[in-house]
Amino acid sequence: MLTGRRFGGPERGKEEEQKYNRQAAEDHGGKLVGAAVMKKDAMALVTGRPVYTDDIAPRECLVVKVLRSPHAHALIQEIDISAAEKVPGIQCILTWKDVPQKRFTLAGQTYPEPSPYDRLILDQRVRFVGDPAAIVAGETEDAVDQALKLIRVKYQVLDAILDFHEAKDSHILIHPEDNWRSLAPVGADNSRNLCASGRDEHGDVDGILKTCAHVVDETYHVKANQQAMMETFRAYSYLDTYGRLNVVSSTQVPFHVRRILGHALDIPKSKIRVIKPRIGGGFGAKQTAVMEIYPAVVTWMTGKPAKMIYSRYESQIASSPRHEMEVRVRLGADEDGMIQAIDVYTLSNTGAYGEHGPTTVGLSGHKSIPLYRTKAFRFAYDVVYTNRMSAGAYRGYGATQGIFAVESAVNELADRLSMDPVALREKNMVRQGDVMPAYYGETAASCALDKCMARAAEMIGWKDKFPFRDMGNGKVRGVGVAMAMQGSSISKVDVGSVSLKLNDDGFYVLTVGCTDMGTGCDTILAQMAADCLDCSYEDIVVYGTDTDLSPYDSGSYASSTTYLTGMAVVKTCQTLREKILKKAAEYLDCTADDLEFDGKVVRRLDTGAEITLKDIGNRSMCFNEDALSACESHTSPVSPPPFMTGMAEVEVDMETGHVELLDYVAVVDCGTVVNPNLARVQTEGGLGQGIGMALYEDITYSQTGRMYENSLMQYKIPTRLDVGRIRVEFEPSYEPTGPFGAKSIGEIVINTPSPAIASAVYHACGARIRELPITAEKVCRAIHPEVFRGEAQRKAD
Amino acid sequence: MKLEFQLNGKAVQTEIQADTLLLDLVRSLGCLSVKRGCETSNCGLCTVMVEGKPVLSCSVLAARVQGKRVFTLEGLQEEAEEAGRYLAQEGGEQCGYCSPGFLMNVLAMERELTDPDEDQIKEYLAGNLCRCSGYMSQLRAVKKYLNRKGEKGC
Amino acid sequence: MFQAKEYVKPASLEEAYRLCQKRSSVVVGGMMWLKMETIRKQTIVDLSDLGLGEVRESEEEFQIGAMVTLRMLETDEGLNREFDGVFKECTRHIVGVQFRNGATVGGSVYGRFGFSDILTALLALDTEVELYHGGRMPLAEFAARPRQVTERDILTYVYVKKDKRKAAYLSERRTSTDFPLIACCGARTDWGWQFAVGARPGKAETVSFRVIDGWLERRTGKPCQAVEAQDTGWTKAAGLPQSEASGDAFAETLAGAAAASFIYGTNLTGSGTYRAYLAKVLLKRLILGLLAESGLAEGKEEER
Repeated sequence: MLTGRRFGGPERGKEEEQKYNRQAAEDHGGKLVGAAVMKKDAMALVTGRPVYTDDIAPRECLVVKVLRSPHAHALIQEIDISAAEKVPGIQCILTWKDVPQKRFTLAGQTYPEPSPYDRLILDQRVRFVGDPAAIVAGETEDAVDQALKLIRVKYQVLDAILDFHEAKDSHILIHPEDNWRSLAPVGADNSRNLCASGRDEHGDVDGILKTCAHVVDETYHVKANQQAMMETFRAYSYLDTYGRLNVVSSTQVPFHVRRILGHALDIPKSKIRVIKPRIGGGFGAKQTAVMEIYPAVVTWMTGKPAKMIYSRYESQIASSPRHEMEVRVRLGADEDGMIQAIDVYTLSNTGAYGEHGPTTVGLSGHKSIPLYRTKAFRFAYDVVYTNRMSAGAYRGYGATQGIFAVESAVNELADRLSMDPVALREKNMVRQGDVMPAYYGETAASCALDKCMARAAEMIGWKDKFPFRDMGNGKVRGVGVAMAMQGSSISKVDVGSVSLKLNDDGFYVLTVGCTDMGTGCDTILAQMAADCLDCSYEDIVVYGTDTDLSPYDSGSYASSTTYLTGMAVVKTCQTLREKILKKAAEYLDCTADDLEFDGKVVRRLDTGAEITLKDIGNRSMCFNEDALSACESHTSPVSPPPFMTGMAEVEVDMETGHVELLDYVAVVDCGTVVNPNLARVQTEGGLGQGIGMALYEDITYSQTGRMYENSLMQYKIPTRLDVGRIRVEFEPSYEPTGPFGAKSIGEIVINTPSPAIASAVYHACGARIRELPITAEKVCRAIHPEVFRGEAQRKAD
Repeated sequence: MKLEFQLNGKAVQTEIQADTLLLDLVRSLGCLSVKRGCETSNCGLCTVMVEGKPVLSCSVLAARVQGKRVFTLEGLQEEAEEAGRYLAQEGGEQCGYCSPGFLMNVLAMERELTDPDEDQIKEYLAGNLCRCSGYMSQLRAVKKYLNRKGEKGC
Repeated sequence: MFQAKEYVKPASLEEAYRLCQKRSSVVVGGMMWLKMETIRKQTIVDLSDLGLGEVRESEEEFQIGAMVTLRMLETDEGLNREFDGVFKECTRHIVGVQFRNGATVGGSVYGRFGFSDILTALLALDTEVELYHGGRMPLAEFAARPRQVTERDILTYVYVKKDKRKAAYLSERRTSTDFPLIACCGARTDWGWQFAVGARPGKAETVSFRVIDGWLERRTGKPCQAVEAQDTGWTKAAGLPQSEASGDAFAETLAGAAAASFIYGTNLTGSGTYRAYLAKVLLKRLILGLLAESGLAEGKEEER
């Protein structure tokens, strides 16, 4: 009744928006890149317009749910659906016998994916508590719920691997099947429960560590944190006029979803179209096709539209969280605190399936070690299968885990040397122009990390506050610091593309293949296009994302969109400008070299004759054979890292161990800041998540492999009362390979809170916490061991 | 069973089940701004106003709003635009999924509290989770919105 | 998910009570917890029309209707004035304003949940509950009952005596709006001290202390009221270092004795050992606060 209606008319609202955006551009010298314009979709979102997957799904969709295994590891011996099928309204029940038997991966990665092909839509073997055993579709949720209860499954329960230390070379095999496949040379071996393994080194690490005056050798543990985006996983599907499978999904990777569905359903990709509407957050979670296969297979089998909305419970227990990693760091330095060598070994838990297992682990070393100039490094890793929920991609993508470890080790080194960790870093940090051997030998062409450090120290008042201040009321405040880097796209792999066309009256439509998930990429790409085309922000209409219409883009992940798709925008605008000039030359009866184009008018330099863009647009629609459209792709041989420094001030209650985060400052070098508001909120948001990970968000399992934190009641993401004060500034460098000098920002921002807060807690109270989250009880156990001394004894009794 | 109530200022007569939740009812009546982000009353995305008070529509029996006035963001579009613009001008809406529930509670706070300070604002809005923003932009936006007439001189 | 076939809003308590005699009926309070349970019921009984949605204050006591929301407790001027803001403090951490606009006192008390802040706070005050059929009884007695026994009765009112006690509330949580990891409420009365500790993680229980001849005497198992302070049933708990006024040492002894009165266990949010330790720390803080506070309060008393 009220949907889609704007009270007061659409124009009044638009005027305000335009006024604001024009002012924002004016405040920035008339340029859009660097201006704090509002997001293109902002007013629709804040007024509650129905633009998300479930809002636009047809009402007649079948409701799709899955029956989930109660066992961590079992074989389905029998499955009886006869009673369930009789429930009125049930349209389709599928078991492992009904689905294609070719294995695939749900990882949204470029083909051939590094993640092993270890999945079926439904498998006879279930590998974690929550693994689907049957798919049920019906006309109402009630019918489906009832049917789910009536399915009888006889399981042969198998021994499970729940502790990832026991996985490698265990007698229990998670993937013994013959058709398990690894498409890429990632050191995978299903007969050893290895999803990946490998090493990379440079110089004589062991030899150098032997000569070091100080060696820190510690192990750090990060759990399988959940992205917990507010919109859970969801998709609906239907057959279109041509009998093609259309899937509307809350996804970051529409093109990958198309391929994955093709593989899973064993049908040609030409039969599939994937559309991404507005997404209620992703953070990497939706870089895995967590559940699109279920409604898709139902639609394909029944011909009927089908919809699946993951509950929060399902999103917690059967999704794509961060990889649990245990990272051992050996870090050697001389008497003066010059770091000589870093040795990192990462054990990563990919869970029941291998999505993103081989790739996330790489970042734990490749994006932590290069923060420092060292003579030698070694990075080795194993990624193991266990009977836990499969992991996936979460903002930071392994760098987060590695940086927590390496930055914590550096902080421990500083404490051992009685040296200020800021000073220690100033001696050792990577600088602009450095070659980074641990970062594939790339050169830091743009790096303002030193400035980030100096500014962050100034903002928080480091000199006055380091290392701690006793407040005299049983509370002590401490400060801690950490640095971080990430990449900007996957070098030599990712592809960003856009298409751009000129329309009548001279407005442009920019069609993108990347996926705005609230990050604002539709907006910043329009900002870049507007500057390239010398037009206003409103003259650019942005459309995305639809695999039938959008040019191929690997998707929005790996911190790629601003950097890569942004460059595609720059190139595409250039091409279209040339076409416009060519067309204008025809209309003005000259050559393109004689012309100048100011965005509104094309003018002959010799005669002054001119034609407006509006006229070109209109005229090109009649008796014309040159399409005024362009499409360019961009890929990059390098992945320039953004850099940042984060500093935390905490207050520890010395009796209870309670940690309160008071202040968090961050200074980021993301190259050119394309939209200061959006970059700031990306940073604040990533820090917020990082703070949650550092202090609150825990993951624990029962002895039978059931995950306890299965709701937002138990999985405590921070509220606005739990994040302290977050302050963000930028120290822009200029990245020569990026659009307008830009690098990425989306992921790096989650990496500093854990090590910075852990160090601040240590400085405040002496509790060294190496396993996240840093709970009050862990701190209390560290500072009041006497309280807990009797515990082991009591347990033994 | 039959239910009569006022939704966004208009009288509505409809059929519901005894256990229908208000969230599902208002969505079925086209108020799609109201979202569900959890099943445990923790996220605040489903916030609507019943008799002017903000409540979690996921935890209210539809039958209980018999004869009552219910507002969703669809019925408060002018206010949503005005408050929402402050959020948008900070870039604070991000994915936007929590925005309607958040703004409903901001509007409710404005009705209930007089001149709240920062701590009061944060406490009042603590039941609205947001995973994108880190909350700072929301706070900036709310402060500017509450001070839009410039009475606080900041 | 919670399911039911029929919804009834009785016009009288008698009707409500009659409806509740069936096992297939369920009384809804705020719906907050009920909706998370996977149960099927025939009839939802809604007490909204029975005038149970008010806080009434008389000379002797507060009468809190079962349908009063937690938000009303939080913002009720009378309750917070009388009990030094305890009602604000024990409610304001509960999820969010919208949640507290839904959750009811009746639901919280009747549910007797281990994590209940409300039960904890009320147990440190002189509180009674009234059941439609069972009549009035001390809250501690009601809370101690296993839930099945009273299942078919209706909780109508909670009464809190205005006995001039000074109260304070403290809790520890993982995040600001999480369940308490431990919840402590303490009150200083004209006969001694009363404490309640909840989220141990078992449901809140209460213990009373009085000071006699340099000794702390304890009474458990039964809540204490002014008249009963004269009763027997007190046992020596600990020798006091000096007089009550000696502050820290007294608080240490009293907190230790109080915390030791309860059993603590382990769940997701914390271990039993930590809870036991925290209880003592927080109780001591409450005691020190109340000692300071009541000194001030007595001063004011004299001024009048």
